[in-house]
Amino acid sequence: MTTRRTAPRFRSPVWWPLAGILLLVLINIAYELAHKPGVFPEFLRVTWQDGHFFGMPVDIFNEGSRCLVLALGMTLVIATGGIDLSVGSVMAIAGSVAAVLLRQGDSLALVLGAALAVSLLCGLANGVLVAGARVQPIVATLILMVAGRGIAQLITNGDVIIIDRGSFAFLGNGFVLGVPFAPLLVALLYLGAGALLRRSALGLFIEALGDNETASRFAGLASARVKLCVYAACGFGAGVAGLLAASNIRAADSYRAGENMELDAIFAVVVGGTALSGGRFTLLGSFVGAVLLQTLTTTMYNLGVPPAVAPVPKAVLIITVCLFQSETTRRWLAARWRRPAPAPA
Amino acid sequence: MNATADSPPPLLALRGIVKKFTGVTALTGVDFTVRAGEIHALLGENGAGKSTLIKVLTGVYPPDGGEMRLAGAAIRPRSPKDAETLGISTVYQEVNLIPTLSVAENIGLGRQRSFLGLLNWRALRRHAREALARLDLECDVDAELGALPLAWQQMVAIARALDLRAKLLVLDEPTASLDEKEVAELFRIMRRLRAEGLGIVFVTHFLDQVYAVSDRITILRNGELVGEYPAAELPRLALVSKMLGREVRDEEGRTTRDEPAAKAVEPSAAPLLEVRNLGRRGALHSLNFALRAGEVTGLAGLLGSGRTETARLLFGIDRADSGDISVRGAPVRFASPRQAIRHGLAFCSEDRKTEGILPNLSVRENIIFALQAKRGAWRILARAEQDRLAAHYIQALRIKTPGPEVPVKNLSGGNQQKVLLARWLATQPALIILDEPTRGIDVGAKAEIEQLIAKLRGEGLAVLFISSEIEEVVRTSTRVIVLRERRWAAELAGAEIELPRLLRLMAGGSAA
Repeated sequence: MTTRRTAPRFRSPVWWPLAGILLLVLINIAYELAHKPGVFPEFLRVTWQDGHFFGMPVDIFNEGSRCLVLALGMTLVIATGGIDLSVGSVMAIAGSVAAVLLRQGDSLALVLGAALAVSLLCGLANGVLVAGARVQPIVATLILMVAGRGIAQLITNGDVIIIDRGSFAFLGNGFVLGVPFAPLLVALLYLGAGALLRRSALGLFIEALGDNETASRFAGLASARVKLCVYAACGFGAGVAGLLAASNIRAADSYRAGENMELDAIFAVVVGGTALSGGRFTLLGSFVGAVLLQTLTTTMYNLGVPPAVAPVPKAVLIITVCLFQSETTRRWLAARWRRPAPAPA
Repeated sequence: MNATADSPPPLLALRGIVKKFTGVTALTGVDFTVRAGEIHALLGENGAGKSTLIKVLTGVYPPDGGEMRLAGAAIRPRSPKDAETLGISTVYQEVNLIPTLSVAENIGLGRQRSFLGLLNWRALRRHAREALARLDLECDVDAELGALPLAWQQMVAIARALDLRAKLLVLDEPTASLDEKEVAELFRIMRRLRAEGLGIVFVTHFLDQVYAVSDRITILRNGELVGEYPAAELPRLALVSKMLGREVRDEEGRTTRDEPAAKAVEPSAAPLLEVRNLGRRGALHSLNFALRAGEVTGLAGLLGSGRTETARLLFGIDRADSGDISVRGAPVRFASPRQAIRHGLAFCSEDRKTEGILPNLSVRENIIFALQAKRGAWRILARAEQDRLAAHYIQALRIKTPGPEVPVKNLSGGNQQKVLLARWLATQPALIILDEPTRGIDVGAKAEIEQLIAKLRGEGLAVLFISSEIEEVVRTSTRVIVLRERRWAAELAGAEIELPRLLRLMAGGSAA
């Protein structure tokens, strides 16, 4: 009797976004070799400059670190069958809180602690609406999405606040042993989350909740508690992303910070293979999905595509990956590829 | 065996049907023939492939091999709607209608005639009333389907299926939630449809019903065809033997208690759970009873008498409006199933699809889930322990699965039920409430579950056993509470428990 995993590994949905990344890499290489034959493609080149790694691959992970963090929390929320549209606004709130406190001269520890605490509270507020008041997740988080930006602007009094604290700027711009700090932090968060979810029963509880909430509750799951946890975690992640974003541009822009990033995070999760309806989730998939999105953005830049046009290839890519992940499409293609075999007697 | 003088081809001819799922071969080369103007019963143990064959026939799954012919013409239905257009109409074991729409909308779904996209609501309602009238049913066709009891939802599903000018009608466990009167009514209609030339496929576990109404019987076992027989030529014992693949003792005569020794285990004096004046508006009225360790208390009553409602109140799913519950003498108020579980209760729901299984999670995860939820998120069960528990229950309950890591939705209905039972047993409860645990389960597994209940009783568990099969209640219970129209009607103990008396009490005749 074989004890297999629920889905055989070679059928994992993560292969598709990985294939997407490979495709983009190939496109870049082809483009560059066509325009600058004989020169090693810029897209793949990593050098050591000014005491740290330098190059487009480094940029991809650096720029993509915010989306990666958002995707982490979003995966858990989507796995319970919910969604969090407020992450972009929470990013703005976190950045604003940090900027205001830094301007006052508070210590870095206090600044980070306060910003993250506020983000956590935002997440908890979402969780209370969803788990306690039984408001539909899309509606509950929409409230904070809209109100949150207003709150962020209120905190900064409508100004864009410049940040000149070096220690804070390290978050988005610093390097550790030559590697940029932001991606390192993100990697640690993913590993930590993965370990926590598998070492405890939280992963199982989240999947069960998304798979069949009624059955989970009847089996004794403290469903409200699990929901509070995931929304709080998502809020916390948005706070981290907000701090990284503010640090990166050395400013708190409550109008533009985190704009449309909730959609990028959702795309990353879906493209990574976690179903929007909830249940089984994959952190690795979301990681790859976010990297794919950032690779695409960088590709557009590298190929000189005007920014106005850039969303179109993004949409095409997402649709293509999702189609390939779908069982129905694969079966349709397989039927077209193979000549119909004679039915067995 | 080919028909000798029959020149027209059979209404339905399936030959060599093969169907595989990931890790499971559900059907290997199955033949199935149905003639026009006949009622053909399809029988088999759980996991035999009956539901899968029906789903292939009705276009839910494409077959991986074999051919299908309807009235001689080759067909390949690509979807249920496709099958309906071809003339194959189906009523499924699990009611596949839309609970949030009205009865009229459900009956007319997908078939409404529209003029320039506008619906004629009056015609829709009239149509629905006519469809129901054919079953001699009457109800408010504007009522929300989900608000009706399960039995009614099933009748609406049957009315919907009968509605079309179908050539072949497939009924998958249609009588599971019907009482005797309703079953008789269904049979009357089936016979009328047969006289009109329809072919009817009747999938069921109730052997009495098979012999009452079927012309021929096809038996499947382990995804293979065992044989096709005229009902009149296959005695009951032979039928069961063929289904199980082994000789079986005649168990259907056991309506009287024949193992007094086994039932002599003295239940403890103090009640484990006591209920006083328990009631809920619209559901139950002032119940009083006690459940004791080492006792199997049967809860008997007609549909709508309030049995499941009682279970839901005990387990904390619904809140009582009046009365109280006490466990081991101390008053309790369960605000959620979680609290009930903490006091040692367990509840195996009758609706395993929506209230039981975690469909995409593995068998192992489903089995350990309640136990893990009880322990909380931090005290995780080690993987080795999970594997051990899963293996133990798969073996003890004879759960038919290719392995513990298969998603539980791939298992047949009866095996899913066993997984749910395993889930609750793993929490080692003091009181277990079983609501229709043998519904949709074949003869062999039914006997296993009854033996299991007896074993649990012997180990000191208190069992509340709800079942529509009165014989089962009589065989298994040491005490029976009869509910009638949401009120307590009577309580019988020991030798008082016998079939005719129970039926009289349930129906509301003179008190015996």
